[in-house]
Order: sequence, then structure tokens, then C-alpha cells
Amino acid sequence: MTNAWTDIKNTDLVVVMGGNAAEAHPCGFKWVTEAKAHRGAKLIVVDPRYTRTASVSDFYAPIRQGTDIAFLLGVINYCIQNNKVQWDYTKAFTNASYIIQDGFGYSDGLFTGYDEEKRDYDRSSWDYVMDEDGFARTDPTLTHPRCVWNLLKDHVSAYTPEMVERICGTPKAKFLKVAEVISECSSPTKTMTSMYALGWTQHSHGAQNIRAMAMLQLILGNIGVRGGGMNALRGHSNIQGLTDLGLMSHLLTGYLNMPTEKEPDFETYMKSRQFRPLRPGQTSYWQNYRKFMVSFQKAMWGDAATAENGWGYHYLPKLDVPAYDVLRMFELMNHGRVNGYICQGFNPVLAFPNRGKVVAGLSKLKFLITMDPLETETARFWENHGEFNDVDTASIQTEVIQLPTRCFAEDEGSLTNSGRWLQWFWPAATPPGEARSDIWIMSQIFLRMREMYRREGGAFPDPLLNLSWDYHDPNDPEPEELAKEINGRALRDLTDPNDPSRVLVPAGKQVLNFTQLRDDGSTMCGCWIYSGNFNEAGNNMARRDNHDPDNTGAYLGWTFAWPLNRRTLYNRASADLNGKPWDPSRKLMEWDGTKWTGYDVPDIAPNAKPQDVMPFIMNQEGVSRLFSRGMMRDGPFPAHMEPFESPVQNVFNRKMRGNPVARIFESDVSQFGTSDEFPYAATSYRLTEHFHYWTKHNRVNASLQPEFFVELSEELAAEKGIQPGSWVRVWSKRGSVKAKAMVTKRIRPMMCDGKTVHVIGIPLHWGFVGAAKKGFGPNSLTPFVGEANIETPGYKAFLVNIEPSTAPGGAVA
Amino acid sequence: MTAAAREAQFPSWDIVFFGGAFMNVELSRRGFLKATGAGVAATSLGAMGFGAAEAAVAAHVRPLKLANTTETRNTCPYCSVACGIIIYSKGDVRKGERAEVVHIEGDVDHPTNLGTLCPKGAALKDFVQAPTRLTQPRIRKPGSDRFEDVSWDAALDRIARLMKHDRDANFLATNAEGLAVNRWTTTGMLAASATTNETAWTTFKVAKALGIVGFDNQARV
Ligand code: SF4
Repeated sequence: MTNAWTDIKNTDLVVVMGGNAAEAHPCGFKWVTEAKAHRGAKLIVVDPRYTRTASVSDFYAPIRQGTDIAFLLGVINYCIQNNKVQWDYTKAFTNASYIIQDGFGYSDGLFTGYDEEKRDYDRSSWDYVMDEDGFARTDPTLTHPRCVWNLLKDHVSAYTPEMVERICGTPKAKFLKVAEVISECSSPTKTMTSMYALGWTQHSHGAQNIRAMAMLQLILGNIGVRGGGMNALRGHSNIQGLTDLGLMSHLLTGYLNMPTEKEPDFETYMKSRQFRPLRPGQTSYWQNYRKFMVSFQKAMWGDAATAENGWGYHYLPKLDVPAYDVLRMFELMNHGRVNGYICQGFNPVLAFPNRGKVVAGLSKLKFLITMDPLETETARFWENHGEFNDVDTASIQTEVIQLPTRCFAEDEGSLTNSGRWLQWFWPAATPPGEARSDIWIMSQIFLRMREMYRREGGAFPDPLLNLSWDYHDPNDPEPEELAKEINGRALRDLTDPNDPSRVLVPAGKQVLNFTQLRDDGSTMCGCWIYSGNFNEAGNNMARRDNHDPDNTGAYLGWTFAWPLNRRTLYNRASADLNGKPWDPSRKLMEWDGTKWTGYDVPDIAPNAKPQDVMPFIMNQEGVSRLFSRGMMRDGPFPAHMEPFESPVQNVFNRKMRGNPVARIFESDVSQFGTSDEFPYAATSYRLTEHFHYWTKHNRVNASLQPEFFVELSEELAAEKGIQPGSWVRVWSKRGSVKAKAMVTKRIRPMMCDGKTVHVIGIPLHWGFVGAAKKGFGPNSLTPFVGEANIETPGYKAFLVNIEPSTAPGGAVA
Repeated sequence: MTAAAREAQFPSWDIVFFGGAFMNVELSRRGFLKATGAGVAATSLGAMGFGAAEAAVAAHVRPLKLANTTETRNTCPYCSVACGIIIYSKGDVRKGERAEVVHIEGDVDHPTNLGTLCPKGAALKDFVQAPTRLTQPRIRKPGSDRFEDVSWDAALDRIARLMKHDRDANFLATNAEGLAVNRWTTTGMLAASATTNETAWTTFKVAKALGIVGFDNQARV
């Protein structure tokens, strides 16, 4: 989230698309209710189902799943056609005026540079025209035909209300109503917030869904302001934290990148990470990359990370592919190329697509280690549960070690919520039996392996032997020690560069925050963006001051938000070019003539002059990007792409299937279904009574929603002879499930490109262990294909068939 | 209706179902407990504006349910709204005592949830005490149809050995061009999405130092 849950009360319009906050994030959704009750805010919901969020909306419009880009580009087109643009904001704070190279173009659903063989674009022309000083050329009058604004105008012109209706199935009148209400937020004193979740991310074009809305928010001037923003609601309690801390194949901490084979040494790695400003006087904050990287390496390897060895550069593995993401790992597993797998609090048998392939992969492992507070289907993937898990136990040669862990009530530490608040919590209970903390378990594995390498030697032991492990009790590091390591400290006296006699931070003391980090090895810091979390002032994540001056919803004294306790990202953009708030009644930051003041920590140097330094300091341009250059694999603008399995063809290019640059493994090509065989458009979702596959272990939640069901329209039920509450079988090219039929008015057939499209909804909360009845999840059916930029599997748009059925073996009818 | 009055009306319902949703915001349950202490006389409750009947109920119900419990601030581990919760336990684990959760409710002082919880958070105690909580390391041998209990030492020694064996056999120190790549692709790891940042950092250090590249977390999904 760019803003916080508590900031939503400041909005005038909430648009929920790609999410269902009332159901999946109920207590956060209260802030929408608050805005409606006290500000007169309106709520718009656009969703294939009439969700619980829709039930309290002011306006609901149906949309076929997977077509959000067409809808949003349609809204952008409407705003441009009707001059509903926050012009001052767009001109000053976006790259609308930047001139794009002549080579760049778009036709037949594809951008310039497409290579069908490689399923990739040559992105070299997707960039600015540079002047002789290396700065991007601009035309502030927006008249140049090659400026971003005119290219955008042209690009979105295809998305007329008629085209939106044809692709999305949203009746034109409903689309126009939504577009009109949204366009009113182009006023500097009207704000809209976008609340989205996995309904946008879990598509092969997920990132472009989000970009489309971000672009709309930018031209309406809604980023960086109170009640505005792009608010990813996020799924799990610390999914934000684990990503921030770089627990991903292609990441290091704080969004630093894992090195690749193309970067044989540290200087080569740094060379492509200079981040020189692309406009005069801009911040381009990533210019500090080297400081963050070296401090990270010092945190990992202490004295063993030296200038001579590139700060232990070779202790880090080098990637030969963009990432060994989960889909790639399960593909490799199926080829017998993975021997061991560790699942810490993770249940891939229900979480990953094409469950048949997942179980086949796990069956080929030599060993599987699971760490969980609860039983999981993954730990018992080898156990036969009749139709619910029909495996041949004796033939599965995988050794499985199941480790019991503590749960939240027995643990201590911080979690990062979707508003980027790091909230410390304390233990309240004794763990059951021999359950131990994940920290202890990871330490034990590490210490044992290090000891073996010390004694026996083995493959490249250096990064292990030199890993910094300087804890009070090496067997069980304390959460506070780890948090301090994440914050970072001075390894030598840090002196003032202007006055070397002045010591800013004495050796051994915590740094105040990441602004004190250095690239000469004199500081260490586990994760730069978190720095400030635990400094000499103490554990800032444990703060619990809930005062909120003038009721802005900022709560600066409550725990700690990254970066630097900032609550709203890009908050300098809440003020105009002179530093005056766009909306004086919703002031966030203001330039007082010499510095930035206001309710938040400024997202810019406190003395950066408003006319000179632009708000988007992480971008080399200083402004936000309507045109994302070559940053994304699938286009500098979003463009309509159908799901890989779609009931209709792409109207811009009937040959094109799914995202043209999404990676597909050879073995999955034959695993895609077509609409002849699988005529219905399925989607997955959550229910408010359950959290994924965890709460089915709780008797309360298991009795509230005891049994797996699928949701379908009265029209489809009549067509198929399906009675409410009867058993149905739903199957895709990859698998089959049995469920109770929930026949509902909440789903209605849609008309897309001249074809009736029926939607089937599949909730995701059942499996074969726990207190609820045994059932299935949508992942038995979903395709094995990821998002083109980040490889998030798509669960939201796929094809199935349905028929009346009988109860699955072992179930009570 | 105050929470106390509601409980008087539905005395047999576990207050878990109500969570903090019906809390009187002027005087929170938490503030109320703090202000009055356990075993408080009904007269002082009357002085705080409570009617005699409510006070009488409160005087009975409160001490029974939550008196002498330890209050601990914690966070709902499910969705990323991250509602604040108060865990009431018998015993104080931070003083080294055995402690058992008797009740969990919303933290009224928390800016986001203001004491409310959704049906997931309101039933958190059932997660802590679920019959399917794991209590013992176990091992399933190849081809076997059951788990067998195993000691921590045996489990961890076995894991370290399996991992070292695979790492030594398959670690790729250099690529075809002879450049150092130092990666280990044959063992992968998925990291939890509800563990703490401090756990995540420990896990990160170990996994990346081992050279594991097939390393992801729930954010990938
Ligand atoms: S109580 Fe509900 S809304 Fe709050 S964090 Fe837990 S799951 Fe999310």
C-alpha cells in the first residue's frame, strides 16, 4: 500500500477491483465504511461476482475475469476524451512530456520488437530520446507527437465504451457510470483510492493490471495524497515483510538484486546500478545502491567481506535464469532435477497450480522438510485419502521430516502489514509439546552444517563458515538481536565528512537509519529499507502511541513504518509545484519556504525546493512513469491480453494466446484447455470465515464454513440440470474436483464478443486434513503459467467444464 | 448495549464470538479492566456510570473469565490488515512460567481495528489450541504409510546430513565459461508468510549463504 488502512477514511471514492476487501480484509474495510459514513465517500465495485463488498457498494459493475486492463484503459480514454485530467499534477509529476524514440510502436496487440520464437520483446526502442548531456528530452507543452502523453492518448483510443463492453462484458451504460464517477476525482480536491489484491496479481498479465490503475491514479493526481494511492491489500500477515527482506529467488534485502552470471565481479554488478538522474537536479535515490549493498554484505559476512573480495561478492550465488521461482522449481522437480525441498509454513499441495504436477514433483524428491504449527496436506502428500488424495503411498520414495513450530501466540518479533507498519508483538503462551521457533530450527540446521563443513570440508564452505553469527546464544538468537542487525550499526567511528573531528556515530552503535550507511565497509545493515526500526532510541516497532494530531490517520507514534517511519509514500506529491497542498482541507505536506512540514515524514529531502526536486525520488527522472520504458517485459503501456485459457479470443489479435511473453514450459503446452472442451470461465476466491487452509483446523471456522462448494448462476444451473446443494464435478484439462453446487444470483452470465460467458466461482479453503469436511481447492484445476514479469501463478481466470455428479469417495452425501 | 450487558443477555455464548466488535468505545474492555482491577466492588463500578445490574454482572463475569490472567499484545497472524489483539493467558511466559491462552480479543487501542476482529481473528484461540497442532518432530521413511516420532537431535542431524550430501554432490561452483557462480539448485526452500521479520532474516541468511537459489516465499503466489 502506498497509504495506510487508517488513511482510507480520507477518501472520496473507493474503487475495489481485483479484490474483495469486505470479505478478505474485513477490519481494514471498516475504513471504507468510515469514509462512506463521515465523508460521504462512494464505493464502486467491479468484479465478476456480486461480492460482499459489492453488497455495500454504491455502484456495482460486472466484468469478465482477466479483462481489467481493457476496462481501466477504457476509463483512462474516457478521462482524456472528456478532459478529466489533473493537468498540473500530470504535467509536473509524470513523464507525460517525455519524448519517446521513433522506433517504438504498437500494432495487432503487440509492441515493437516481438520475437515469437523467444517469447520476448527486444525492448531497446521503448525509451526516451536523450540529449547530448544524457538527460531525457521533454516537451512541456505536450504538443510533440512522440511525447508520452500523445502516445498514451493514441494507445488508449481503441478502448471505447463499446470495446470495453465487447471485451469485458460490462454493459456500456454501467461502464460509463463508473468512468464518470472516477473521472470526477481529477479535481485537485477530490480523491480516489484503489484497493486491490490477488484478483489483479494472479494473472499472466498481473503487473499490467496494476500499472493500468496506477496510471489512472496519476492522471487524476491521486498518488501521494491523503485518501488516495495504490493500495495492495496483500494476503498473508507478513508477505510484505518477507518480500522486503528479499526472501525470493531474484532478490536480496530491501529490493537489492541477486547478482547474475553476466556480472562476474562486484564492479560489473555495480556498473549497471549507477542510477544517474535522467533530469537535472533530480534525487534518483538508488544512487545510494552501493552503500546499501556493501552494508548488507557486511551484515552477512562481517570481517570476511572486504574491499579486496568485493565485499564477499562470490559468497552470493549467481543466477543463470531470471529466477528459480516456484513454478520453475516444480518443473525441475518433475524432471528429477531437485532432490530436496524445505517448506517453512507453506503448503504447496494446496497453494501451487496444477496440483497433479505438484504432487508428482514432491514424489520425485529424496527428502522433504516441513516446518509448521499445524498439519498440512504437503507434509502428508504421500498419504492416500481416497478421491481427495489418490496417491500410491508405497511407490513414493520421498523421505519426509515434519518439524513442529511455534505459532504467533508463542512467538515474538515484528510483522509488516500492508501499510508497511512493522508491528512488534510479544509471546503469551507456552508452545505445545516440543514445538520450537523457526529461528531456533534454522539456527540448528545452520550450526550443524557449519560444523560438518568445518570437520569434513566440502563444496565451497566459505559463505557458510564466514556467515556472521554473532549472537548472545548462537543456538537461539533473540528476536531483538536480529532486529538490531536488520537496522544496522557503525563498525568504525562514523565521522562527519565536512568535519572529520566530529563523530556522528561511534563504533558499535546502531545507525539512526539508512541515511548514515556508507559504502566503505564502515557500516553494516541487514535490510536498508527497514533501517530505523531499532536504533539507539530503542525498538521503534514496539511503540504504541496512538495519538493522531488533527485526525489525519497518520499515527506516527504507532510502531514503525518503512521507510523512515513514513506513512504515505510519495507524500511530497500532495502539494503543488509551489509546495502548497492541492487540497488545503487535506493537507499532508507543505513547503514553508525553507523546508517541508506536515503530518508525515517527507518523502524527499526536507530542504528540497518544490520547483526543483520532483517527488518520485526512486525514479531516475524524479517523476512517475505513464510510460514505463523497458522496465516491464510485456510492454511500456498496459495492453489488453486474454487469459491463456479464455472463452473468447483476443479481439486485437486472434492468434495471440495469453500474455505473449509469459514463460511456458514445454511440458505444459499440451495442458491448456480450449473453450470447445471447457466452455466455462472459472475463478478462485476467499471467504470471510476462512483464511486459506489454516482455519479449517479451527472448529469455530470449520463449522461456519464446513464444506467445499462451487458457485454458479441460476442460468447455468438450469442449463446443466444442476440442483442447488447437489454434487457436481468440475474439471479442467489438468484435474477434477467434486463439490456442492451453490446456485446463486451473485453470478450472472455475461455477453463477451458476441458470446455468452458463464462464470464459475471456486473458493480455496478445503483440503484433506483439519476439522472441516474433506474437499478440494481450485489449484487442482488451475494452469501452470506465471505472470510475465514476476511468475506469480494465475488462479483467477481459467477454463472448466461442469456436470451433475455424486459424492466423492469417502464423503458424506 | 455494552459488552457486559450483551454478555448478560447471551451468557452461554463464548465471548470469542463477539470479539471486540460490540465494545463500548468510550470505556474499552481493556480500559475497564485496567481501571477497575480484578474483584472490584460494585460501588466503584456504579461510580463509573455503570448501572447496578450491569455492574453486578460485570463483578461476576469479569473475574471469572479474565481476572489473574496475563495480557499480552500480539497481532492477528492471518491477513495483512494485521489487527492488534490482546491475548489473555493463565501464567506469564515472559517470566518463565507455563502459560496457557484462555482468551483472545481485539486490541481497542489499535488504530486499525479499534478492538474489532473478523470471524477469523475472533476464533484465533482455536488455532492456538487446534487438535491438529504439531507437538513432535516426525519422520516418514521412503515408501512408508506413517509418520514416526523422532527426537529433535535425530531429526536435525538427519536434515543437516541430507542437505550437506546433496549440496556437496550438486553445488555448481563455476559455469561452462569458468566463472564463479556458486549456486545450489537441487535443494529449494519456501519461506513462511506469517513468520516474523526476525525469523525471515535468519532464514534468509542461512538459505542465501548455502547458495540456495530456488528460494521463494508466499509473495510469489
Ligand atoms: S482479524 Fe480478520 S481482518 Fe483482522 S487481521 Fe485477522 S484476518 Fe485480517
